[in-house]
Amino acid sequence: MAVVFQKTKGLTDKPFSYCPGCTHGIIHRLVAESLEELGLLDEVIGVAPVGCSVFAYEFFNCDMHEAAHGRAPAVATGIKRVHPDHPVFTYQGDGDLASIGTAEIVHVAHRGEKITTIFVNNAIYGMTGGQMAPTTLVGQKATTAPYGRDAALCGNPIRISEMLATIDGAVFVERVAVNTPANIRKAKKAIKRAFEVQLQGLGFGIVEVLSTCPTNWGLTPVESLEWLEKNMIPYYPLGNFKSPKEEK
Amino acid sequence: MGKAKGTVIFDSDACKGCGLCISVCPVNILALDTSSVNNKGYHPATAIEPEKCIGCANCATICPDTVITVYRTMEE
Ligand SMILES: Cc1ncc(C[n+]2csc(CCOP(=O)(O)OP(=O)(O)O)c2C)c(N)n1
Ligand code: SF4
Repeated sequence: MAVVFQKTKGLTDKPFSYCPGCTHGIIHRLVAESLEELGLLDEVIGVAPVGCSVFAYEFFNCDMHEAAHGRAPAVATGIKRVHPDHPVFTYQGDGDLASIGTAEIVHVAHRGEKITTIFVNNAIYGMTGGQMAPTTLVGQKATTAPYGRDAALCGNPIRISEMLATIDGAVFVERVAVNTPANIRKAKKAIKRAFEVQLQGLGFGIVEVLSTCPTNWGLTPVESLEWLEKNMIPYYPLGNFKSPKEEK
Repeated sequence: MGKAKGTVIFDSDACKGCGLCISVCPVNILALDTSSVNNKGYHPATAIEPEKCIGCANCATICPDTVITVYRTMEE
């Protein structure tokens, strides 16, 4: 009997603290599998955010550092500049990266820091109980937008990948989703590619992963995947926005 | 070419009963085992017709808690 699928060594034995059906767990696994397959587990240094994935340092089987809310790219910059030979990544939610940490992510890209960011966009603040995020869709309900996000009052949701792709220092930008097995396989390819780009020393790379938050969306895990497909993908189109020239 | 025969093994105490695996199984052989409750207090997912498994690993691919290990053999 051949093993078709088994748990990666890139994850510790610690059970995830995520809610049932939360796709943070899938994204953790894809990052961990990529690091294992690239043989980077002994050298990579990850930076965990504030948000539901605040305990990421317990789950990834590699060196990890915690950062203050939104500041993971700044912490990762320091680590990378002290340890230029080590791959460095950040793992950040959309409240962390697209709200309180917007300045850090824009400037890490602008400086072309040779790090990889995994950006988990679930269109809401999960950990704090479902407040509106900059990525919350128009009409989507949140505790701070009980009638749904009103574009006239709050503006439209921010498209981080499109924005960062305009910055010269960002050399790899792709948006993926983890709502079906096929999309999960594509997401894995993008994450692995982003780490390869870092190893080539070409610049900053980010993979935005459309994710679910069944608990705060008020949907079952399966309904959440459907909601992601019907509502998030049309506004946040999947695809590669930027990759190093030679491979195009 | 023989037929692919799969085997799925669940680490039942790690399961949170989210049901994502059930929703992506192409041969519809997974279900929550409502006759048992695991350490976490959930009805864990299980294969109700394990002999029909084709070893595609869709379930393990979507499982957020890496509960499932998948094996495959080719039958004559
Ligand atoms: C400086 C600071 N401000 C606010 C908070 C409160 N806070 C904790 S998590 C969070 C939002 C997290 O949302 P997101 O990044 O989308 O991650 P998720 O929980 O959805 O995975 C906020 C505002 C904090 N911990 N520190
Ligand atoms: S609150 Fe939302 S994002 Fe946080 S673990 Fe639960 S489902 Fe996941």
